[in-house]
Amino acid sequence: MKSDKHRKRFVLLCVAPATILFFIFMILPTLNVFRMSLYERGAYSPNETFVGLKNFQHLLKDTQFIRSMQNMILLVVVVTIVTFAFALVFAAILTREKIKGQNFFRVIFYIPNILSVVVISGIFSAIYKPENGMLNSIIGLFRDMTDPILWKGEKLVIPSIIIAMVWQAVGYYMVMYMASMSSVPASLYESANLDGAGRLTQFFQITIPLIWTNIRTTLTFFIISTINMAFLFVKAMTSGGPNGASDVALNYMYSQKDAGLYGYSMAIGVVIFLFSFALSACVNKATSRDPLEF
Amino acid sequence: MKRISRRNFLKVAGVSAAALGLAACGGSSSSTASSTASSAAASSAAPAEDVTIKVAAIETAYGSEMWQKVTDAFTAQTGIKVELTTDKNLEDVIGPSMQGGDYPDVIHLASGREAALTEQFIKGNLIADITDVRSMTVPGESKKVSEKIAGGFTDTSLTNPYGDGKTYLAPMFYSPCGLFYNAGFLKEKGWDVPTTWDEMWELGDKAAAEGTYLFTYPTTGYFDAFFYALMYAAGGPDFFNKATHYEEGTWDTAEAQTCFDIVTKLASYTNPITPAQANDQDFTQNQQLVLDNKALFMPNGTWIVGEMAEAPRADGFEWGMTALPAVKAGGDQYSYTWFEQAWIPAGAEHIDAAKQFVAYLYSDEACKLFAESGAIQPVLGIADDLDGDNKMFYSIYDNGAKAAMGNFASFTAIPGVEVRTVFFDPVNSLVSGSTTEQQWIDGIKSASDQMRANIIE
Repeated sequence: MKSDKHRKRFVLLCVAPATILFFIFMILPTLNVFRMSLYERGAYSPNETFVGLKNFQHLLKDTQFIRSMQNMILLVVVVTIVTFAFALVFAAILTREKIKGQNFFRVIFYIPNILSVVVISGIFSAIYKPENGMLNSIIGLFRDMTDPILWKGEKLVIPSIIIAMVWQAVGYYMVMYMASMSSVPASLYESANLDGAGRLTQFFQITIPLIWTNIRTTLTFFIISTINMAFLFVKAMTSGGPNGASDVALNYMYSQKDAGLYGYSMAIGVVIFLFSFALSACVNKATSRDPLEF
Repeated sequence: MKRISRRNFLKVAGVSAAALGLAACGGSSSSTASSTASSAAASSAAPAEDVTIKVAAIETAYGSEMWQKVTDAFTAQTGIKVELTTDKNLEDVIGPSMQGGDYPDVIHLASGREAALTEQFIKGNLIADITDVRSMTVPGESKKVSEKIAGGFTDTSLTNPYGDGKTYLAPMFYSPCGLFYNAGFLKEKGWDVPTTWDEMWELGDKAAAEGTYLFTYPTTGYFDAFFYALMYAAGGPDFFNKATHYEEGTWDTAEAQTCFDIVTKLASYTNPITPAQANDQDFTQNQQLVLDNKALFMPNGTWIVGEMAEAPRADGFEWGMTALPAVKAGGDQYSYTWFEQAWIPAGAEHIDAAKQFVAYLYSDEACKLFAESGAIQPVLGIADDLDGDNKMFYSIYDNGAKAAMGNFASFTAIPGVEVRTVFFDPVNSLVSGSTTEQQWIDGIKSASDQMRANIIE
């Protein structure tokens, strides 16, 4: 009995520091975001006035906010789907097929992930430059370029950001899928081969179901990281321009803080928080399957 | 006023301002300490000798060294010690401690930066009234501050943000803004610098025939100085005051329509790749268009020479600067005077000593130290000692251009409504053709109504 009590106390002591730190630096600030979204105050002003849900009412009428949310949702959906597809296919090729220089490709694909976003946006600035940029120079071989394509112009800026984001993310997810794919026993593929199943059938019938838990986890990662990365890319590549065409919700939240609307930007933070939470929950629910064992 | 940006001047100021060099009249700074007792020098304040004030200054194209020299000279002069903080992203350095209630005693920044720290302090009524500094004697000298500062600088809405005749921000380093161009290229083609907008359009057509464009801009933030000067040119100081205070019906007047028409027409003469590069990352590419003769004019400030010092350029390139063309033949040409500000947070610990420091910033000694790094204080007679490109730039007002000063009146923050996003960002869309002039004007009108209702008096 006594040793049990000691043991409990010991466990409690061990867990306490982490719990306290987690509470102070994670739980409290998050709660504070919710609290501050109900107030009106400047970032440096000591006075705050309680305004209830007024900040949220303003949000519903703020066309710039709505546009930035639309852009963010578009990025989350398109970047997730495209990156997911590319990462899965590349991973399958690199684990299942015998290609020369497999490790080389693995490294090449992963490199963008260790580059800082600022470096990537610098690279893509050079690629997207209207005059003698890489992309326009290549296209210039095939068509007349007196009227250059404006990759960072109003019409194409979102697709341009999507390309940069996919390029950055593919390697990371590819490595994650490769890790789980390589643990699928080769015997399953051998017997499928004997049964006459082609490569595509094997991919959809064996590989995908067996790495399903891994895919589900990455889908949540996709949502959270795309929301965060979109802010970094937009901030570094376009600052939300031209004329707000590439603004995303987190960037808008940041700019509203600078405009002296601390409470309002916290309200935006609350909306993004709830949105990413809800979306992750939905995706998790929709992709729920009984795990397969091998 | 928020986010009206001349940020590039400050933020990207990696390039030294050496090109803006001055004929720094010799003499070492330390030898001039005419050791007048601080209490005798200052009329309104007599701080104790052991006071230490905290000074936070933005590091810009001028570098941070001059601040160290000036604060050292100040300590030698008054005995007040100075703890100096300088950084390119000053807001990030001093912001967190200010949120915790620990304020520097003097802050030197410019309004119009992205972090909008100054604007937030103005909106929150968090800046100390420094009207009495004007009647203080400059430490170490016999003149009063008001006798040194050049005319007009302490009468603007930038220094007196609440329009009540009280000064809250001290004017610092000024720079005339205007249209910058390749003087060599115009000479080579035999084109005259336009003095009216009609001549401007004619030149635009001639340029188009030669395969170049009339206009470009680094980012839409540069339209603030442009638009202010344009409003002065279109309707004089009276219209400017009404417009910057969002008076009802201002945007329906003929003067306002003239401004909108000129910007819209200018958008059609703008190099079409401009909006795609009009962001903080690529704006130098737009400036490069002028150096490559792919656009004739761009709105900018005198810092452009230093900023583009290393950039490749067309043969025979030579910087030229002109005030904004007049609206009609015989009308006034205006050049906006851009300047930075120093101010004292209301929560500062040593306000009296801080005021002495602000007064000292206008002393001959401080002005000389600043000028050595290319920073020109707005004091009387300073432009006489300039040379090189700077002489040409700073003499713009001697050559017939009128000075435009002031800015949009401050208003309490409104969700989703900012001066830059309402007035200037849509120019990108005007150029690319996705917004019409009427849509732009409608946006300004509806935002103006809200700004008027929230104006800080």
